[in-house]
Amino acid sequence: MGQDVVDAALEQMECVYARPDTLTDTRFHYCPGCGHSVVHRVIMEVVQEAGIREQTIGVAPVGCSVFAYNYMDVDMQEAAHGRASAVATGIKRVLPDRFVFSYQGDGDLAAIGTAETIHTCNRGENILMVFVNNAIYGMTGGQMAPTTLLGMKTSTSPAGRTVETAGFPLKITEMVAMLPGTYYVTRQSVHTPNAVRQLKKAITKSFQYQKERKGTCFIEVVSNCPSGWKMTPVQSNAWLVENMFPLYPPGDIKAPK
Amino acid sequence: MAKGTVVFDIENCKGCELCIEACPQDSLELSPRINAQGYHYVVLVKDNCTGCTNCALVCPDAVITVYREKKKTRVPVARISGVTQNITVTIDEEGKPS
Repeated sequence: MGQDVVDAALEQMECVYARPDTLTDTRFHYCPGCGHSVVHRVIMEVVQEAGIREQTIGVAPVGCSVFAYNYMDVDMQEAAHGRASAVATGIKRVLPDRFVFSYQGDGDLAAIGTAETIHTCNRGENILMVFVNNAIYGMTGGQMAPTTLLGMKTSTSPAGRTVETAGFPLKITEMVAMLPGTYYVTRQSVHTPNAVRQLKKAITKSFQYQKERKGTCFIEVVSNCPSGWKMTPVQSNAWLVENMFPLYPPGDIKAPK
Repeated sequence: MAKGTVVFDIENCKGCELCIEACPQDSLELSPRINAQGYHYVVLVKDNCTGCTNCALVCPDAVITVYREKKKTRVPVARISGVTQNITVTIDEEGKPS
């Protein structure tokens, strides 16, 4: 079929979904099937639809998503490992009329950045914190993270995580939900089209709450790591439903009445 | 004729197959060919796409653009007003009420 035939056929149709303009044309460096780039895209879709591109500032973490600023075509700031929420706090205080979000993985937010995370939430800073939890350190080669499930095999727990040596998986989302500073705490995922729609709604709500100066919004996204888990993308999503959801059930943990 | 269609940016596709899994119509398959990155890319193989956008929502590389048939706008052939009792209106082949 020639290109002119395709163009003629498309003229009869309307575009209902396209890559948002707020994403750059750069090819994502993530492994095939990774949930990170879906989360990037959904945040940028919300920014585009809300028309807040010029007022949005993102803070990129250290980890797989360290190059988030290459893909998100809004103002971005790179933070030291684990300190994204502290940097976001500073930006929000200096520029209180901007929409500020931090984007972190589990090695960044729940391990080295635990102190910053908890204190930012406790102060109730008016920012959105996006936390992508794939239960493993993806970038450095699949080592055990605080969120790794019990019995889960990683390169530093080849026989499976045990309570005796590594303790229990850290449910940091439930922890921050207990703090009075957080306004909206939810756990979402990106493994199905409907889950992506739910995540988009949650991010839209969070930017609205930020506009109303309600307090910290915290969104955990349970995601996959096909390379770290050593599975195909489709298998990893099935594994996620079977193994991650019993410990990290999706849904609102703290939602305004 | 399919109600919708999808267009792929095949050079950026990584062949993760998540869209194939998400498609309710089973319209997508991996191509036997590979792109410049070395991945088998996804192609539309059936003429039954409904333009539901499920594939584009799960696509990690945002390579899918979805098109759907334009909604047909209906033009009324006649307006009837001031009716107080049952009447019969027939419409002839040219679309004119008589």
